[in-house]
Amino acid sequence: MTVLEKWTGKVNTVTIGATKAQGGGRSSVIKVGGEESLPFLFQEGAIANKPVIAYEIWDIAPVDWPRELIEPYGDVLNDSLEWAQKCVREYKAEMLCVRLQGAHPDFGNKSAEEEAEFISRLLKTVEVPLIIVGSQDDDKDNLVLPACCEVSRGERCLIGSASTDNYKTLAVSALADGHNIIAESPIDINIAKQLNILISDMGLGLDRIVMNPTIGALGYGLEYAYSIMERGRLAALSGDKAVASPFICFVAQETWKTKEARVTQQEFPSWGSESERGIIWEIVTATALLQAGADILVMRHPKAIEKIDKYIDELMDSG
Amino acid sequence: MPLSGLDIYKLLPKTNCRKCGFATCLAFAMQLAKKALSIDKCPYIAEESRKTLEEASLPPIKLVTIGAGGSSFEIGNETVMFRHEEKFHHPCGIGIIIEDTLTDTQIKFRLEKISSLRFERVGQKLDINLIAVRQNSDKKRFVEAVKLISSHTLLALALMSNDEGSLREALEITKDKKPLIYSATRENIGWISKLALEYKALLVVSGPDLESIPILTDELYKQGVSELVIEPQGQGLAEKIWVLTQARRQALKKSNRSLGYPILTVIDKDDFYDEAIEAATYILKYAQIILIKGSEVWQALSFLALRQNIYTDPQKPLQIEPNLYAVGSVNDNSPVLVTTNFSLTYHTVLSEVEASKVPSYIASINTDGMSVLTAWAAEKFTPERITDSINKFALKDVVSHNRLIIPGYVAVISGDLEEKSGWQVVVGPKEAAGIPAFLKNLV
Repeated sequence: MTVLEKWTGKVNTVTIGATKAQGGGRSSVIKVGGEESLPFLFQEGAIANKPVIAYEIWDIAPVDWPRELIEPYGDVLNDSLEWAQKCVREYKAEMLCVRLQGAHPDFGNKSAEEEAEFISRLLKTVEVPLIIVGSQDDDKDNLVLPACCEVSRGERCLIGSASTDNYKTLAVSALADGHNIIAESPIDINIAKQLNILISDMGLGLDRIVMNPTIGALGYGLEYAYSIMERGRLAALSGDKAVASPFICFVAQETWKTKEARVTQQEFPSWGSESERGIIWEIVTATALLQAGADILVMRHPKAIEKIDKYIDELMDSG
Repeated sequence: MPLSGLDIYKLLPKTNCRKCGFATCLAFAMQLAKKALSIDKCPYIAEESRKTLEEASLPPIKLVTIGAGGSSFEIGNETVMFRHEEKFHHPCGIGIIIEDTLTDTQIKFRLEKISSLRFERVGQKLDINLIAVRQNSDKKRFVEAVKLISSHTLLALALMSNDEGSLREALEITKDKKPLIYSATRENIGWISKLALEYKALLVVSGPDLESIPILTDELYKQGVSELVIEPQGQGLAEKIWVLTQARRQALKKSNRSLGYPILTVIDKDDFYDEAIEAATYILKYAQIILIKGSEVWQALSFLALRQNIYTDPQKPLQIEPNLYAVGSVNDNSPVLVTTNFSLTYHTVLSEVEASKVPSYIASINTDGMSVLTAWAAEKFTPERITDSINKFALKDVVSHNRLIIPGYVAVISGDLEEKSGWQVVVGPKEAAGIPAFLKNLV
């Protein structure tokens, strides 16, 4: 009676990081994607790689992070390299996602040279594979990200984000310097597909693209991303190669700006203790995205990461 | 699985007697397949065929009502594997387990805590649905606990016991509440099915794996117990997801009636975060009742919000009535914030305006329930639409100034909007979180 789905497609495998032997300086390499089945349904197809969590760090002291999020990190938040080291040494981060927020005109307007210098020091400080994302100011990112691509040539980073309005500069750099790219689409599987085609037409293969479907946090449109990801994954498994890219989800960025993650119990007595509320918001958002097919989760709170890491292990072990 | 017109035709007398109002049995069968009319129109249908037709028209997953009166709730009748295919219909019931080993004072404290697990989000009320009393002590204590809980809560009840005498007394106390009995197994099916029949209670059917369930549900069905909820257990989390997925798939795709019942899962984790992760997993993957021990407010808020998200109709985003809404004690000088009529957007703006303590008007424009950027891209949040709406709201008669505040994300429309509406446009913050600071600076 068992109903087995027969999938003909498979999610592309993207390799992030390069060891010394491979021309980089990382101590490990992370493969994402490669699923031949829906999330955690091992009975229908292989799930070659486990989903991975990247710790989010910034190039400047974080702006507008609530107390709950600042507390576990403490003083290292003022020194990005120490911050990176704490993630790797103390929390055993497998991957870091560095956000170059300081390049944004409103947040310090750091120059491309400064950011490139920072990235090259970061690469010397930690040995885990890197995700590098810009400041979300397109003009500035088009100056900063190519410089960062260049100093990290051969390290096979994951760099983002490209969008349909702005993908050429980044695609050219990623191609020239041997990196992977994040293709960002606004909760729309057709645009995601179109962008994948545009980027691969420039010569950057589908095995070097990771899709950011754009997510909403729990209670803030999470269900839209959930269903878009399910639809994308079903299309991929049914053989549509142009949407068969792994998903990256910026979990923390969305959850920690919600009211539920921020207000204190004093302001909102009926919502319970804020010490756990923000963490659970990040955790439940991540849980849902994993069940929709997320391959990389970018997260912040060490407790939330610890719990989701354990969850992933439990899911992968029992399969 | 619904029958085709041709399948139905084969069950009809094929006499073309025209008593049903159609020229031929085939024409009648086609109408039946469309569910346009009832089989009762055919006076000559064989009893056997009528039964086949009726069974075929039953939903593949049975709709079950738990509890009685105001706090009863329905589960089941699900039709799809993925919410984008249609929608998930009946939000998964969440129940909190209370052990009978607690003292009366502890039980009352727990009940009080549970009664505080009520939230309002985007205009909807979110609640816990039931309380499950679990037996770990002797009959006397279990029955006392059931009595205490039953008299202190209006929520639906589940009785978790494997002792016939204890269950019988507990059912006697709660018989008017249509409780859920947990649970029938291969070992106790003999006596527990009789109790379920006698007290018209709902029965959970538990088995260590998916294969063990149909044997029990078929047996119970024969005995006349068909108000069932199933609990296929499975080892480990991934195995459990597989089992729950299979149960729904087999019910929907293979019309497996023996598995065509709502699914219940019990979570037995001690850490509050682990508990919430597991609850979230089952909410997403096809559970229709979840029983859980933890009753922390922040925990409940998280999984009730997830349930609300997942059970939202993807074709019909939650909307509010487009209108001019006054927040606080407004006067004709109060600022006017323009936003969409997407419920989430409106309520997010509303809560920030409330937090700012600056009395304001919110002009909710009809964007067919789309959020700011989506509506803008779909040309439903255009200068024309906004102008029409504020004219319709007679905004000119309400305020004496001529300033409109628009969301930062649609700053590009300000010039056009000023021209079309004749109002002065002020660009507000991109994120609602920036509203309080923005409004305070404005004043």
